[in-house]
Amino acid sequence: MEKLPPAARSKVHIRITGCHGFCETEPNVVIYPEGIFYQKVKPEDAEGIVKKTALERVIIDRLLYTDIHTNKKIVHEKDIPFYKKQQRILLSRNSLVDPTHIDDYLRIGGYKALSRALRTSSTEIITMVGKSGLRGRGGAGFLTGLKWKLCSQSKGDEKFVICNADEGDPGAYMDRSLLEGNPQSVIEGMIIGAYAIGSHEGYVYVRNEYPLAVKNITLAVEQANEYGLLGRNILGSGFDFDIKIVQGAGAFVCGEETALISSIEGKRGAPRQKPFYPAERGLYKKPTNINNVETWANIPLIVEEGPEWFSGIGTETCKGTKIFSLVGKIRNTGLVEVPMGITLKEIIYDIGGGIVNDKKFKAVQTGGPSGGCIPKDLLDLPLDYESLIRAGSIMGSGGMIVMDEDTCMVDIARYFLNFLKDESCGNCLPCRKGIQRMHEIVVDITEGKGKEEDISLLNDLAETVRDTSLCGLGQTASNPVLSTLKYFGEEYISHIKDKKCPAGVCRGLIHYSIIEGKCNGCGLCKRFCTEGAVEGEKKKPHYIVEAKCIKCGVCIDSCKFDAISVE
Amino acid sequence: MIDTDIAKDVKRYTKMYGGSLIAILQGIQGKYRYIPEDAIRIVSKKLNLPLIDVYGVITFYNSFSLKPIGKYLTTVCLGTACHVRGGKRIVDALSRNLEINPGETTKDLRVTLQTVNCLGCCAIGPIVVINGEYHGQMNSVKAVSLLKKIQETGDEKITIARRARGAQKKNIEKRGS
Repeated sequence: MEKLPPAARSKVHIRITGCHGFCETEPNVVIYPEGIFYQKVKPEDAEGIVKKTALERVIIDRLLYTDIHTNKKIVHEKDIPFYKKQQRILLSRNSLVDPTHIDDYLRIGGYKALSRALRTSSTEIITMVGKSGLRGRGGAGFLTGLKWKLCSQSKGDEKFVICNADEGDPGAYMDRSLLEGNPQSVIEGMIIGAYAIGSHEGYVYVRNEYPLAVKNITLAVEQANEYGLLGRNILGSGFDFDIKIVQGAGAFVCGEETALISSIEGKRGAPRQKPFYPAERGLYKKPTNINNVETWANIPLIVEEGPEWFSGIGTETCKGTKIFSLVGKIRNTGLVEVPMGITLKEIIYDIGGGIVNDKKFKAVQTGGPSGGCIPKDLLDLPLDYESLIRAGSIMGSGGMIVMDEDTCMVDIARYFLNFLKDESCGNCLPCRKGIQRMHEIVVDITEGKGKEEDISLLNDLAETVRDTSLCGLGQTASNPVLSTLKYFGEEYISHIKDKKCPAGVCRGLIHYSIIEGKCNGCGLCKRFCTEGAVEGEKKKPHYIVEAKCIKCGVCIDSCKFDAISVE
Repeated sequence: MIDTDIAKDVKRYTKMYGGSLIAILQGIQGKYRYIPEDAIRIVSKKLNLPLIDVYGVITFYNSFSLKPIGKYLTTVCLGTACHVRGGKRIVDALSRNLEINPGETTKDLRVTLQTVNCLGCCAIGPIVVINGEYHGQMNSVKAVSLLKKIQETGDEKITIARRARGAQKKNIEKRGS
């Protein structure tokens, strides 16, 4: 902007926004009003974009997105296949606001919903949210309107509302994007909710692994206070409400509502027995309403557009949209917002562009460590809470990890069990010891030490842990194991009986070798190998000494010719 | 003998954060790069909490450390998306190179190696964070090389050459783990 002549500066307005969702192509620049979409922009492109496209509407071809199927360049954001099937009622607003400027949010109609809500009775607000059919977006899918009603009816003159921003599911970053990109929408939702429930104090509990989200929500609260949208006598209504920001300290279990409450209270994040539910007895033993970031962000839209508008999107039992993080072995990595009921196939292929390098799709893991792996045969599954549970998984917070033929499903079970073993609070025996034992058995299987009876033992253990654990972490810990056993049982058998890892992942069961025809003897693998396991002369095909090879994969990472074979 | 600097800092954080134990501990961890024993005793006294409760909170949460963090805090993301893209290989390579396990610090206190369960940057995974600087699309070779360069130059904003990125894109498409 500094290099532009002054006359031009009044014609171009530059806004730094939050995430546009198409992470694979970022950094993005979008020029409005047409929505000209540029991808993988570098600092040196900035001058050209402003002078040529913004001022003269000249398109810079090399910055355009190329459709992988037609090989044609696409100019406008709305025509890009990644965006076409989405319904971005929440994420579209990320593109329109600078999250550090509350005025941007006001300019697009922000806080109109609050203004309307404060002139409506709290009962009517709760009825509205109930009518919308909104269900909690954190994973459990409990009806939000009902949750609010229960909390509002609880006895006590001191109540709390909490925003659960402890987005711990690996691979899920929807909440991060909303908090970083449009924090005012979450605040507005919380104020409306607090008003409806009768609370005057709220907390946003953000994981400390999200420093930018912490920064932006903290600034947003400050700005909302300055504008009289938080604090005393909000918009002259007589309603008081304050929000405090609390940072997590690195504990996955604090995403569970009672553990989160313990953490705010300054204690170890150990979940509590339910009942009592937080709506009746939560933070400091007072009635507390906790909702997820995405749930709160939906509230202003429901109040502004009406519950019928919201319930018109989605299916009979699952209303509205859901944001998913589409990651892993997928071409179009990013955040996708789709109406409930869309199929997995549409998300993975129409929106996601299919598997990188045209590899074969194997499974999609949903619901984080509490979820399961869904195989190819079930790709026509509609995305709703009930269908995913029937398939052995859960919606969860929206993480969607795509896996291909090179992913070992036994290793995936091991990965999640390892994760949960470390993150278990340790309070109850089934979770603490049950997960540990399941992990030990699966590790043995991946190392070629598995026995046939391990499968039935795993099933027994999984069911016991599921049925007897105190909280959601333990109760759903068995899902990754049970779903991989159900749909990929043959991989377990291969590891146990044949001592083979078909996907070529489990180090104890694979062998590395160099493909003579591809190796040109550059010596890179030999240089980087820390075990002296690669031998060969310069410019002649090298070979791997199996006895020394620890299958660390450094040779694969260093080879530019794809000459390492794994079997 | 209680360290007076620590005592002053605990007093300051208590004023800033009220009775919030975790926030006070976060302040101490941020300044001292660990929680010194003196701090545990002072906080316990100041907040009128049993020592074991304070110790229990410190050892429960991953972001607190009872031992000093090294000069270069090196964190490898092991979220599921980074895992399927080969995150474990990176941890193992760094672990072998530094001769420490994840969670440990080199004897000279230069490098602490940690893992984290998802930073939410899956599109550019696998990720390695060194003293708060994010490095995406890493692999085992690049991670070791990057850490070495950063230690040699002291420049934490250094990045790995563009040429290597092309190879890495291909590597993401190869077998992970």
